Amino acid sequence: MSTLEIRDLHVEVETESGPKEILRGVDLTVNSNETHAIMGPNGSGKSTLAYSIAGHPKYTVTKGQVLLDGEDVLEMAVDERARAGLFLAMQYPVEVPGVSMSNFLRSAATATRGEAPKVRHWVKEVKGAMSDLEIDPAFAERSVNEGFSGGEKKRHEVLQMSLLKPKIAVLDETDSGLDVDALRVVSKGVNEYKSQSDVGILLITHYTRILRYIAPDRVHVFVNGRVAASGGPELADELEENGYERFVGAFGADKEEQPA
Amino acid sequence: MTQPVAQTGGGTTTAPGAPVLDVDPGIKTAGSPKLAPWELRFTSYDVEAFEVPRGREEQWRFTPLRRLHGLHDGSASADGRIEVSVRTGFGDAAGDLTGSGTRHETVGRDDARLGDGGIPADRVAAQAWSSFTEAHVVTVNEARSDDEPLTITVGGPGAGATAFAHLQLRLEHHAQAVVVLDHRGSGTVAANTEFVVADGAKLEVVEVHDWADDAVYVGAQHLSVGRDATIRHTSVTLGGDLVRLSPVINYRAPGGDVELDGLYFADGGQHFEQRLLVDHSVPNCRSRVMYKGALQGVEGGTAAHTVWIGDVLIRKAAEGTDTYELNRNLLLTDNARADSVPNLEIETGEIVGAGHASATGRFDDEQLFYLMARGIPEAQARRLVVRGFFGEVIQKVRVPALRDRLEAAIEAELEVVGV
Repeated sequence: MSTLEIRDLHVEVETESGPKEILRGVDLTVNSNETHAIMGPNGSGKSTLAYSIAGHPKYTVTKGQVLLDGEDVLEMAVDERARAGLFLAMQYPVEVPGVSMSNFLRSAATATRGEAPKVRHWVKEVKGAMSDLEIDPAFAERSVNEGFSGGEKKRHEVLQMSLLKPKIAVLDETDSGLDVDALRVVSKGVNEYKSQSDVGILLITHYTRILRYIAPDRVHVFVNGRVAASGGPELADELEENGYERFVGAFGADKEEQPA
Repeated sequence: MTQPVAQTGGGTTTAPGAPVLDVDPGIKTAGSPKLAPWELRFTSYDVEAFEVPRGREEQWRFTPLRRLHGLHDGSASADGRIEVSVRTGFGDAAGDLTGSGTRHETVGRDDARLGDGGIPADRVAAQAWSSFTEAHVVTVNEARSDDEPLTITVGGPGAGATAFAHLQLRLEHHAQAVVVLDHRGSGTVAANTEFVVADGAKLEVVEVHDWADDAVYVGAQHLSVGRDATIRHTSVTLGGDLVRLSPVINYRAPGGDVELDGLYFADGGQHFEQRLLVDHSVPNCRSRVMYKGALQGVEGGTAAHTVWIGDVLIRKAAEGTDTYELNRNLLLTDNARADSVPNLEIETGEIVGAGHASATGRFDDEQLFYLMARGIPEAQARRLVVRGFFGEVIQKVRVPALRDRLEAAIEAELEVVGV
């Protein structure tokens, strides 16, 4: 049983005209076996929340706490957070030329598991996970994300999650840029990992489409750097119907730069 | 995103990992002003035909002349000699020279074959030519197996001594060989190295400069490409106080195919300079250039400095030319400077393709974040990225034991700054 607690989180980012506050007091708790959807308009700070949890150096936490099972996540380096059991499926996975996917996956698994996985077992495990996500085995020898299509990148993000077995996974717009078939495959991969583990999921999305495939237990509306409303799955239906108008009107939103 | 840190010459400079620029701001067409150095290119075997460089000349503006120990102004005297050995195999597996069609001769200045590769185009190369007393000629007149690479070891004259060297590697008609040209040791050397590759022959050569810290090496590489001949030349510079290499590709007939790869790793105080000229003078030849460098300076010390000049000339007669050149530099620390100047001059529009790209950047923080976000510790993540950066060049080296040595050398370089 794990818990990710976000308490009154304030985050700012450096801009040309000085620091700018993006997160303005986020409160959120995600437990094992729970799926929380975070929905909000562009520029509301959803991605900033994801990157702040993972520890991207671009974002400065000015106030608040992030705790994983009571441990202070903000004190940890990026790699320590991952080894503690946090995972971020990125909206824009980074290309790393010259580093093969297989080498990368093995390095990451070795780091998060604390020891190198046994070769025979590992090869089988990777093959199985790739096949579940309908990834051509040839990708193992390609450079990390290099020349991958949007859908291929997202499948590989989910592949990494299933191999690194995090306690809490943050999926940042994993549905963006996917066609229906790719969305189905990626969702299946997420559900597969949910069923095999106790993972708690923070599913960040702009559209309700993915929620038809990955059922949320809780839905949070994110506006202007904080949670504006929370509810059950029915809240997603209301958003589908009426959009963010009601919440944006109440809180106002301004544009946020997405991390590239 | 990482920021561009430098912009040089006709090339653009962006962070590593950024899209390679495919447009050519540096292209000079027949109608644009002619400023390229080859318009003024002068060649001669005679050192006195060249002015003593003062440092402002285009050819010398990046080179710290004071560190040349007089190679450039006639004050250096030949008080040492290089040691050359030719063996079969590489590393621990090297043994006596085998192959009935391969031989190593030491010849005098009057040997008629000398100069087949090309003519000196700068004063130091001409000084070497005017001053050498014996030349080494290695001839391959057979198709050697890839499993039997030749290793030519060139040892420096020793600390404080100076040598003028001349070496020619000849591949006769339809010959094939994989060659490691391994430079080591101390001292000051000015050299001409000729690669004369006859019609239909295929040479794969890795030229390694792994000199001791004191060494100064200024070398001109003359590559002569016969009809339908193939050359894969990989230049590796790892050690030395100052290493300056000037490879020139001379296509002698149509159908030549040349790939020039390079890998250099400069530490604080080191000056590594590469000046390439690919002279497409005949039709239907191909060239590919891919040089990659990493630099790491030491705080408070002299900067690590690399220079890469990539001149590609497509002359009017060279219809059907297909060329692309790329230089990338990775600045691992502060106190490092990478100059990168690709030049492409095209005198005919009837070509298959021509392009160039240059990118110099700091370590890509986004790549580092991505790897670390998967639990990989920072030091290991940095190594993965640097290994990946050089991987493209190292993978093409056909001698497994040499690949291992290059990978180990890069690891050792990274250890130095605790990356």
